Order: sequence, then C-alpha cells, then structure tokens
Amino acid sequence: MRIDGKGRIDRTRRVSFSFDGHRHTGFSGDTLASALLADGVRVMGRSFKYHRPRGAMTAGSEEPNALVTLGLGAAQVPNCRATTTELHEGLVARSQNRWPSLGFDVLAVNDLMAPFFGAGFYYKTFMWPRAFWEKVYEPAIRRAAGLGALSGQPAEDRYERAYAHCDLLVIGGGPAGLMAALAAAEAGADVILAEEDVALGGRLLAETEEVDGQDGGDWAAEMAARLGAMPNVRIMTRTAVTGAYDGGTFGALERTAPDIEGRPHAPAGCFWRIAARRAVLAAGALERPVAFPNNDRPGVMMAGAVRAYLNRWGVAAGRSVLVFGNNDSAHRTVADLQEAGVHVAALVDARAHATCGHDVAFYPGAQVTGTAGRRGVEAVCIATARGEERIAADTVAVSGGWNPTVHLACHTGARPVWDDRLAAFLPPEGAVPGMRVAGAAAGHFSTRACLKSGLAEGRHAAKDLGLKAPATDLPPASDGSFDILPLWQVEGRGRAWLDFQNDVTVKDVELAARENFRSVEHMKRYTTQGMAPDQGKNSNVGALAVLAEATGRSIPATGTTTFRPPFVPVPIAAMGAGGKGKTFAPERFTTSHAGTIRRGAPMIEAGLWYRPSYFPRKGETHWRQSCDREVMMVREAVGVCDVSTLGKIDVQGPDAAQFLDFLYTNAMSKLAPGRVRYGLMLREDGHVMDDGTCARLAEDHFLVTTTTAAAGAVMRHADFAGQVLRPGWDARAVSVTEQWAQFAVAGPRARDVLADVLDDQGALDDLPFMGCGPVAVGGVAARLFRISFSGETGYEIAVPARFGASLFEALVTRAESLGGGAYGMEALNVLRIEKGFITHAEIHGRVTAFDVGMQGMMSRKKDFIGKPAASREGLMDEGREQLVGLKPVGAVKELLPGSHLFNEAAEPVAANDQGYITSACYSPTLGHVIGLGFLARGRARIGERVRAVDHLRGSATICEVCAPGWVDPEGGRMRG
Amino acid sequence: MVDLVEMTPCAGLVPVTAGALRLTEAAPGWVTVLAPYKGQQGALGRALAQAHGLGWPEPGEVIAGKSGAVQWFGRDLALLVGPEPAAALAKHAALTDQSDAWAVLRIEGPGATAVMARLTPLDLRESVFGVGRTARTDVAHMAGAVTRAGTDAYDIMAFRSMAASLVHEVAMAMRRVAARTQ
Repeated sequence: MRIDGKGRIDRTRRVSFSFDGHRHTGFSGDTLASALLADGVRVMGRSFKYHRPRGAMTAGSEEPNALVTLGLGAAQVPNCRATTTELHEGLVARSQNRWPSLGFDVLAVNDLMAPFFGAGFYYKTFMWPRAFWEKVYEPAIRRAAGLGALSGQPAEDRYERAYAHCDLLVIGGGPAGLMAALAAAEAGADVILAEEDVALGGRLLAETEEVDGQDGGDWAAEMAARLGAMPNVRIMTRTAVTGAYDGGTFGALERTAPDIEGRPHAPAGCFWRIAARRAVLAAGALERPVAFPNNDRPGVMMAGAVRAYLNRWGVAAGRSVLVFGNNDSAHRTVADLQEAGVHVAALVDARAHATCGHDVAFYPGAQVTGTAGRRGVEAVCIATARGEERIAADTVAVSGGWNPTVHLACHTGARPVWDDRLAAFLPPEGAVPGMRVAGAAAGHFSTRACLKSGLAEGRHAAKDLGLKAPATDLPPASDGSFDILPLWQVEGRGRAWLDFQNDVTVKDVELAARENFRSVEHMKRYTTQGMAPDQGKNSNVGALAVLAEATGRSIPATGTTTFRPPFVPVPIAAMGAGGKGKTFAPERFTTSHAGTIRRGAPMIEAGLWYRPSYFPRKGETHWRQSCDREVMMVREAVGVCDVSTLGKIDVQGPDAAQFLDFLYTNAMSKLAPGRVRYGLMLREDGHVMDDGTCARLAEDHFLVTTTTAAAGAVMRHADFAGQVLRPGWDARAVSVTEQWAQFAVAGPRARDVLADVLDDQGALDDLPFMGCGPVAVGGVAARLFRISFSGETGYEIAVPARFGASLFEALVTRAESLGGGAYGMEALNVLRIEKGFITHAEIHGRVTAFDVGMQGMMSRKKDFIGKPAASREGLMDEGREQLVGLKPVGAVKELLPGSHLFNEAAEPVAANDQGYITSACYSPTLGHVIGLGFLARGRARIGERVRAVDHLRGSATICEVCAPGWVDPEGGRMRG
Repeated sequence: MVDLVEMTPCAGLVPVTAGALRLTEAAPGWVTVLAPYKGQQGALGRALAQAHGLGWPEPGEVIAGKSGAVQWFGRDLALLVGPEPAAALAKHAALTDQSDAWAVLRIEGPGATAVMARLTPLDLRESVFGVGRTARTDVAHMAGAVTRAGTDAYDIMAFRSMAASLVHEVAMAMRRVAARTQ
C-alpha cells in the first residue's frame, strides 16, 4: 500500500513489470520488493526445505526470503534478491522453489512432515541400501529442496573485469562513509567510495533523520554532488565490495544500471579488483531478528526494513503493524508509522524498564510468542506478565538489535570481538592491514556518532598517507544512547526460525548440541545454518547465541564461524570475466596464417600458436593421404613449412661465446662464424631442457633456436643464467622470435626453389651443410641457414616478419611448380620420426642426455648448467630407459604413443614395465609403422622383441627394437 | 627474383571505433632493442644524445625527441623508436632489430583510461602513470607494454603474432566502455 507524500521515488514515472506472469506497476526508484509490497504482494518465495510461503524480511542485500529468478533463457539469473533489484520497464521476475505455483505448492506437504525433517534427517534416514544414495535419494532430495536454478545453457559473455587504484577505499556510502571520503578527499587523497546501493546515504535514505539542519537523504544527495565534483573522488554506486585480500586488494561486484544494460555490447556487470593503500570500512550494521515461534510468516519483517519501505519507497508494509523489539529501533518504527497514518496494533518491548512516549498499546517486559495466519500474519500472540494475549495484526516489525557488518574486517582470518554493552560482535582492530572501521560497522549507532567516526577515520587515513587534512566541520545530527536487552529466542509452541534461507530452527541447533555437534563450526555443518546465499547474515549471531545457551557457554566462548569472501553472492561468470576462452588463451598466428587457411589447412594448436596440420588437395579424403603425400613430396621433390614458431634468441657481447658454452652441454665457442651447430640444454637437475640449433652470425653474435614449446622457458633460463648465475659476464640475450618469419625449404629440389627467390644464387653454392649467412630476397636483407629436420637437403630462410606472408607465397608457388608444396605438422612429424630426431614428445622433462643417447655431447672440458647433476651415477646408469626405435613384426601392425613396453613373454602388468612409446607414425617412405620410445637397457637390446601394450585402447603389438632413425642413417642426403 | 610485399601486424584489423574511442595502428618506424654492455649505460646515454638527441631512460620513462624516442623496456633494456640506430651505439650496447616484432596500437578518445583499466592491472592514475610513462605489463593476458601518449591516449604493444587477439580484446573493452557512456 502506497502512502501519499512519502518516499524518495519518482511518482511521475511509472514502471511496468511482471512477476510470475502477472503484470504490475511501480515507480522509478522502486525495488522489485517495494513495488510488490505496494501492490499487496506479500508472498515472494517458498522456503528451501519446507516450502513455506515467505515474504520480504529486509530491505537490503542480506534478504533471505525474497529471492527471485530474473530474465529468461540462457541469461536467466536465479536467486536475485528482490530487495536490491532495481525496478525497470519490462522486468520479468519469477518466484522459485514452487510447483505448480507460488500460491499452491505441492511440496508444501514437506511442511506437514517437518517433525521428521530435523537436522541430520537425511544422514540418519537414507542409509540403506547404500547404492541408493547417489542414484535415488540425493537426486530426489535435491529436486525437492533448493532455491533457483540456472538455465543449463552456456552463459553468455556478459561480464567484464577491471582494475582500479586509489589511496583510500571507503566501503559504504552512509553517513560514516560520506564523512570519511570527504575528509580524506579534502586532504588530497585519491578516494574511491564504493556503495552497493544505487544511491549514497545508507540508512539516511530509510530514516526520518535531520543532518546539518536538513533532511538526511537530501544531505546525502548534496554530499554525493560535492564529492562527485572533486577530481580526486570516484563514486562507485551499485558496487558491493565482496572481499578483502592481501596487500590492500579488494574484490568488488558492480551491477550495471538497468537502462545501460539494455544497450548493445553493455555488460551485465563488472568485477573490479581494487588496489587501495588504505581502506575505511563503513558498511553499517544489519538488524537481526528474534527467534519466536512461527516468525517466518509473510508479514514478519525487520523493524528497520518497515521504516525503509515507508520512508524510502512510500510503502506501508501492512495495514496494522505490531512492533516488537528489545531496543529503541522498535520505538522509532512506531513513530514513523504513526506519523504516516499507519495503524500500529501494539508495541511489545522485551525491556521491562522501557518507557514509551507514543500513543500506542504498549507492553513493556513482554514478548511475541507466536503468529497465526494462512499465507501471512493475521494475528500475533504475546506473553506479558499478566498472561497470553492475541492481537490482530497483519505485520510484525521486529528488532532484536543490530549486528555491525564486520565481514570484510574478518576476511583475512581474524575473528570479531564480542561487546556486552551493544550485545554484538565488533570488528577486530588491525586485522586487515591499512583498514580502519567507522560508523555503525564499528558499533557507533547514532547518526552523530557515525558522522563523527567517519570524519575521524577519514582524517586518520589521510594522515597515514602523509597528507594534511584541513579542518572539516562535523554536521549537526541527532545523537542518542543505545539500550538493549539481549533477546535471542522466545519459548512457545511451534518452530522458531533462525536461518530463514536454509530452514534452520532453534530446535535444529539444540538437536545439534545434544548430538554433540557443540562447536559452532560443527553445528553449522550439521544444521546447514549460515550456508545459504545470505551466508548467515541474518542468522549467525542468533544461532550461536542459541548454541551458547544449549551448551552452557557464553557467546564469546562459543565464537563465530569463519567469515569468508564474497560478502554478497557473486556470479561465477563475473568472477571469471576476462579469463575464459580466447581471452584466457590469446591466439598466436604466423605470418603465413592467412595463406595457410586459404589453402584449406586444418589448424592445430601448439601452445598458443596455430599451425597447419596438413594441406589437403583435391581427392584427398583422409588426413593420412595428405600427410603421406607431403612426406613423399619432401623426400622426392621439395616442401615448404613455416617454422617461425620456433624460439629465436639473439645473443651478443664480448662474453657471448662463453655464455653459450655455459647454457649448452656442447661447446659453442668452437663454432666458426657462419656455421651452425646442434645443441642440447639441460636444467640444473641434469635433465634435458631443450634442444635446437645455434648459429654464429659473427664473432660476438649468436642466434639460438629453441623448440616452439620451450621458447619462453629457454628465454627465462637464459635471463636467469645471465642475471643470477653469471652476472659478471658481458653477454645480452634478446628474443627475436617475433621479428623473423622463417621457412624450412626441404627436399632434393630445395636449391631450385631458393635459387629462384634469392637475389644472388651464388650464396647457395657457398653455403655448406650446417652453414649460415646473410642473403637478399627481392632487395630485403634475409638470413639463410642450411639445416635439416627432415633428413633431406634442407634450408631455412628468414626475413623480417613484415615480408613473411609474401615470401611464403613465393616459396610455395615455386615448390608447387616443381612437384612439391607446403607441408604441415603431421608430415613434419613423420619426417623427423623416420630420421629418429627427437622433439618434446621424447625430451618430456624426465629424460637425460644419456637416455636420448647424447651423453657424448656433454663436454668434459667446460662447465655447463646441469653438468654436476647429469654426471651422477644414477643418471648414467645402463639400466635406465633409453631411446630406441620400434617396428611391428607380428600380426598386429599398430603402434600407439603412450603404450607401455613389456618383455614378449611377460605378463603386461606394471611390475613388468620395461618402457613406453613416445612417438609413432606410418612411414610412407618405409611402407610400415614405426615408433620411438624408451626401453630399459634399450641400446643393448637392438634386434630383440618386445610387446607394446596399450591397456586404455586395448592394443597389443609385438615389436622389434631398432636403432632410432630409419631413413638415410648416415645423413648423406642432408649433407649432399 | 621476387618482389616481397610488406604487411603491417594489424593490417585489416584496424581502425576500430566505438563511440568517441578510436583504435588505430601506430607506425613506429625503426624499433631497436638497446641492451647496454656492462657499465655502458652512461656512455650509451651520451651516444644517444649525440646521435639522436635522446638519452638513456630511467625505469618507466620515455625520452622523446624530434627524431624519435627511447622507451624503457625492462631491466637494463630500452627501445629506440623512430630512427635507424646510429652505428656508434653498437659500441656500447647490443642492438637488436625489433621493427617487425611488435604490434603497436594507439587507443585514444575520452574513456581511453577506462578501456585500459579493463585490459591491464596497471595503476593508470595521472599522478602515477602520466603522459610519457611506460610499463611492461599484462594486456588481456598478453605480455606487452603500455605507454601513455596523452591524457586520453595510450600506445599498446604486444607480440606481432598476437595482433588479432589484441585488437579483439581492446575493441571489446572499447565497445563496453562506449555502451556505458553513450
């Protein structure tokens, strides 16, 4: 019911929306909850376990009952709090956990079974037969219980992430936060003021308070304008700070304003990471309920929320309100309701000493013992010194006191401190470095005290930051003392709810205590109290007070559970924004990418790189056809392959040669300028790190080539060696991977292709095998290397990357005219397996130079990284698994990488394991399958037979052990 | 003989506009990594001053002159951007041509800082990262460099091979920022 003349809504702008398919209207400035209440809708959801009808209990982000699903289809978002959902035109909201409708819910039958459904019911009941739990019981229970559901469709990419930095982060824009922000900003600090609500003001928007001689809400709006005009202040409304982390980092979830969210490309929200040198927590306090019987009926609301609906949204929560409290918040609610002309049925104050100045039926020293009504409160039972009384009312406004919002102060592990005077937990001091607490969050409950502590903490933060804060006046506001009589539960017939969201009652907590779940952490897990989306904001303190009483301990001795981020629910999609799909794994394209795609090559990922798998030609229907053709093309004519993805590192300086001797196992200092050498690098632990070629371009200028996979790792390794291991040497290493586009041209006709593109063909004649030198291509300075990874006459030619696409086309066109063409990764792999050359399939991190048969490359004459470790007996043991070649010799002709090797007669079980296959392929050159692998004592077993078994794919093949390398083992073809 | 045709890293990917924001490819000219030899920073600085009217930068600094700029590029590293390096520099530093290695994008327009805040964790407040400041940083999961070219203008560098991803990420952030402010 709307009250004329009340509220901060814009009554000139009507907003229509739908709830469960019914059309409603509200006003601009409404929340979904305030608009529904105004339209007389009180039941907004069903409870988790018992399916009891529930209505809005609060007016903030702590709301436990009024959870709805917003939107439709893939974008539907469950468990949105109606109390913080901004009303906007066309809003579609649906209630949850009910079937067929909110008014008539079949599973409400659960409520009749409640005596059986206490804490631990499931654990005790669904024990037999055992296999039924997963298949029958759990799915059924999960369907019956729960809140909203996701659409089950992939989430659209609707969230973004962003970073912000400031000197001072003020969390909460109520009176304390506003003053803290102002004080620090006037001192010159960069301030971020984050407020989860749509507007600044906090409780001032919900009360009839005067600040600085004007309406509190107007004062807040004026402050917002004043702060907003300062260049060093950034106001972030709709932004809930969700977590406090190490090093002054905070997480925050910003909701996009509804009018912006509808625009193309606009995000639904942004997950902020805010780095702040100092922080002031001014998050206010949350009013807490009292656990009296049947305190969950729609119509039972927090006293402060009743004021908020009235003062902020001009909505009377009911026609006849009974107010119940143990502190002055209840009296305030009476005053505001009466001033607005709403009938107050009674004021029930648990404090016997309380007095009342309002014209209302007043019951000091009394308690509410129950409510009655079908889909909402219709009557209230109270117990006074004179006995029980039943009073007609449709709303109960309850205040059990206020819990300071200490959460963020406790996120790094500290526990809050109990305060007897306030009957509340206060934030621990200094728990989050650089954070101080102001206002109601620190236990200052009057407006004046909030303004004062905000001002003080803002000035304190400024001083901490080395700034001088000018004098800021404290605006006059009402002060008052806080008087509370702790009251947690009221005895009586019927269940008294503690955790509304997870349907946990006083009895459940008492049962947990009786069954020896006496620790608050055990009670929480046994009853599920505090484990719902509100994370116990409404129930934690009450539940532990009940537990304290049940176990005969004090509240501080019972203690709280751990406070963990996030403070409010955060969609995983928001937290993971900017960290999925291609944003998480950027794509790296070579300069030949477009040309490769144009030729129809399927791409495979090699790390972040995309490389062609093969280049299909007309009539080829299977990758093997293309691959076989490409292999034979290289063996018999010429092939072109983009090898730019290999890492390239420029090493220069007077000590460059010495430095490379230290990185490689073999001596690069002996290399003559204009020559290339194959090299091996070890890790400090003596195992192979990478292999590749090293070219000496000039006396003090080398070019190191790494594998594609280890390019980054080798660069890091070189930097570490230069900066840490040999800081005195004068050598500089710089990655040039991206600078050069490099292409392998391999095959008997490689020279013909190159002769056609080089400006001076003489360069080819002068270049010996394993030689390198500068050449020119179309006037462009290029580099030519005579190296081979295929075993054929091979060259690699490098040009500055801007010419890469063009050179690729030139090379491939010429190769094609000679019966060759481009080849992909599949053919590259077959070619190198036929030659017995290794890749990271073999040097996978657990093998030594000895294992791959390269122990001879470990120089005895010099030191190198990994030498001491690699020289240990165990890493040179003849019994180790050594690189061998394998070929099938039995009826089964398949070899699968990953297969394990066993002696022919042995049972294929782990105890008999002799090694494994690392690479295998069909060799079109040889006409049969070949493989590489590691076999115990392998080099001494050439000619023996072993059995390769793949238990996963159910394959077993008898193989002959061979020396790795089948095609031209003497290497005459690549030298020739 | 062949005629090689050159292609810039972001050819076909830019320009991109969103609201008042504009993304274009910068043409930096010569880009050379300067890696000074032991104890040669001072001498290199003098050689840079003499040959190019520039100097050796402090961490995070860009020294701009008529002929080009020297941009800090990591521990004991700087980029000479613009001119072909004078031969005299080679006496004091390892010179490595990187003219083709980096995609360089310029984003400008009101809201450019909001776009960058969606791409990099850098503190972009003007008091910390004013015009002429540079940093090596993470740009949407890519290792790159960001330089402030103006109050509302930044140059973003990333590996040439990642140009397509970089443009995609920057463009997406631009559209999101533009949607908020339109």
